[in-house]
Amino acid sequence: MGRKLLLDKAHIEGIRYYDTYRSNGGYAAAEKALKTMGPDAVLEEVKKSGLRGRGGAGFPTGLKWSFIAKPEGVPRYLVCNADESEPGTFKDRYLMEFIPHLLIEGLIISSFALGANSAYIYIRGEYAWIPDILEQAIAEAKNKGWLGKNILGTGFDLEIYVQRGAGAYICGEETALIESLEGKRGNPRIKPPFPAVKGLWQCPTVVNNVETLAAVVPIINIGGDEYIKYGTGKSTGTKLISACGNINKPGVYEIEMNISVEEFIYSDEYCGGIKNNKRLKACIPGGSSVPVLPANLLLKTAKGETRMMTYESLADGGFATGSMLGSGGFIVMDEDQCIVRNTLTFARFYHHESCGQCSPCREGTGWMEKVLKNIEYGKGKMSDIDLLWDIQRKIEGNTICPLGDAAAWPVAAAIRHFRDEFEWHVAHPQEALTRNFGLAHYADPLPAPVAAV
Amino acid sequence: MAEEKKLFKVKIDNISVEVEPGTTILNAARQIGGEIVPPAMCYYSKLQGSGGKCRTCLVKVSKGSDADPRPMPKLVASCRTTVMDGMEVSNITSPEVLEARKGVVEFLLLNHPLDCPVCDQAGECHLQDLSYEHGADSTRYEFKRRTFDKVDLGDKIKLHMTRCILCYRCVYTADQLTEKREHGILGRGDASEISTYISQSLDNDFIGNVIDVCPVGALTDQTFRFKNRVWFLKPVDAHRDCENPKCCGKTVLWMRGNEIFRVTARKDKYGEVEAFICDTCRFDKKDVKDWIIEGPRKIERHSVISQGHYVNTVKPKDALVEVLDGRQPKLLFNIHSESQVNRPDIDLSKIHGPAHSDDFKK
Repeated sequence: MGRKLLLDKAHIEGIRYYDTYRSNGGYAAAEKALKTMGPDAVLEEVKKSGLRGRGGAGFPTGLKWSFIAKPEGVPRYLVCNADESEPGTFKDRYLMEFIPHLLIEGLIISSFALGANSAYIYIRGEYAWIPDILEQAIAEAKNKGWLGKNILGTGFDLEIYVQRGAGAYICGEETALIESLEGKRGNPRIKPPFPAVKGLWQCPTVVNNVETLAAVVPIINIGGDEYIKYGTGKSTGTKLISACGNINKPGVYEIEMNISVEEFIYSDEYCGGIKNNKRLKACIPGGSSVPVLPANLLLKTAKGETRMMTYESLADGGFATGSMLGSGGFIVMDEDQCIVRNTLTFARFYHHESCGQCSPCREGTGWMEKVLKNIEYGKGKMSDIDLLWDIQRKIEGNTICPLGDAAAWPVAAAIRHFRDEFEWHVAHPQEALTRNFGLAHYADPLPAPVAAV
Repeated sequence: MAEEKKLFKVKIDNISVEVEPGTTILNAARQIGGEIVPPAMCYYSKLQGSGGKCRTCLVKVSKGSDADPRPMPKLVASCRTTVMDGMEVSNITSPEVLEARKGVVEFLLLNHPLDCPVCDQAGECHLQDLSYEHGADSTRYEFKRRTFDKVDLGDKIKLHMTRCILCYRCVYTADQLTEKREHGILGRGDASEISTYISQSLDNDFIGNVIDVCPVGALTDQTFRFKNRVWFLKPVDAHRDCENPKCCGKTVLWMRGNEIFRVTARKDKYGEVEAFICDTCRFDKKDVKDWIIEGPRKIERHSVISQGHYVNTVKPKDALVEVLDGRQPKLLFNIHSESQVNRPDIDLSKIHGPAHSDDFKK
């Protein structure tokens, strides 16, 4: 059994409520941080822990916190990004729904470290039932003196507010989230200035993912030095993975970042293998935005090493032969899945979710969707594949926010690794309507790398 | 004595310039001028917060600054990136930038109707200029273009959303110039549109300026629509004592003979107005008597508007007069009498098919 830090008490009945949470060691970290540690000591622990942002980019949290500007007389804000809308990702929902106090405790500790007296949870609009759970937890915590004025007699004030989004993926981008929180249209801001300098209401702001903030709790409990003993290298601690697709046991798993991808997919502790004894064809290891990998590159890196469930190992080989851990939305596809169709689904999603502010993303995402639709429905041309490649290349890196990149990467990776399948769709338009390309050679072992002479 | 400000040295396409801290790359390039100025479709120096959206002004920062010489990882929007001391920027010297710009132009034109022949903006359209300079000669887009219905925003402004490139300039104009903004962006992605919430009319002293800031023909002047081509009109500088204290009263009249076809604000060489004017000046003063005319407006020489205006042009001399020294040219032979084609008795309309020399043989 892998060690757990976040979900170790998730099985306890009633952990959703304050009393159960408290009697199982909850709020011990908040007590420790507020009473015995100062804000700087908390920041130091988080820095030591090597915790990396769990929202997708994997930016070191301690470093992010240390960037926050501290001008005199200007309030600072902590915003919890609970706008979890990445297709394939549902770990934050689990955390908020079942252990809301873990997030509240994390928010208290983090706000204390940052010197923020207001914290906002910006929650995805579609999670309609969760704000009530959070509000209830906040009320409980407030009743018990964990929120409000002069918490635990330390002189630290904190209020937590829950704000619902209105159903836009783009509001998960931190500056769009801030705009939306201010009551405006959720368009990403042009950076710089970064939120750490000018964020919510032009004040210094830190935006963190739900899981990141929750992970602060065990860090304070066990200490940063102990935390880095979990995981591998720079991928410290545990990570929640939302496993879905053609697997026997879809769900949210907490993994210690020291297991291999193969173990994660096939072991009974986690996904339990591919459904109906089919063969693995491809996998998107970190949510819809990250590059898809064929089975052979997923389990072994191009260098022939075993691929691990860590930030580094999944990214090994760059985008040519690697992918990303991203937000941990682990989508597994078996041999019956059609990559073209999957890519079309993602392209449709990004087209629908583009905010329309900058031209490459606004126009390019729709164009990619239309071209992919043609290919999928037997109306494609061979030149369309190169056209798609060119469109994604012209979107990537040229947009205001990362949504453009997120729209371009899945298309790029699909063409890079599954070009045969695209070509088959174009060459056999009628057949492609009735059956799928199948596994083909995508699970064949890769030739051993030969050193360049 | 005032302390001398430290200026930042910047190199754009290997041309050095010293600018004040806080200047954007685009404005630094404009101080140099010429070909190295990145095009800008959404940035508008008179409107705060504009820019960054169209991505046509992308440039490559090959050296961040003297203090931190690392290049920036991505192309940056020059209109919203401020210079650092020692920064080195490549615009037209970078193939990567030109390629990206070509891509952006393609994206901008993807859903644009390209109805220039019937568009009032033709001749002074930034998108026209941009695609002429950076665009491809044909499109790779094979799908139906997005269209919208034309909307009357009041009796003075026509919104033709199909042509819009969503630069947001008109939104900023309404925010910063008028008392209350009544229009904005609805929807998202490629379905987003400029609109009033529930078909309201835009009615404000300064709202007419949205027509001037619009880089394309999406917002046009109802009092001028389809009246004339801009290049057939003669722009003259004029002014009047405007009763509106916020209006400068300095305008350009677009005339033909003594008739004023339209009134606009004065625009500089980047197509940005020098000072905004009120709606009374723009829409209601179409009589020459209302204005004190200063003289012809100088328009950039390369603009199509300059064609047909003969200001400061030198008429070429007829050299023949000098050569012949007063003599009359001698007729060598009359081509009509030599040519067999000159046969008025042959009725061209009765010849089957195109006329051929055989038809004229005697």
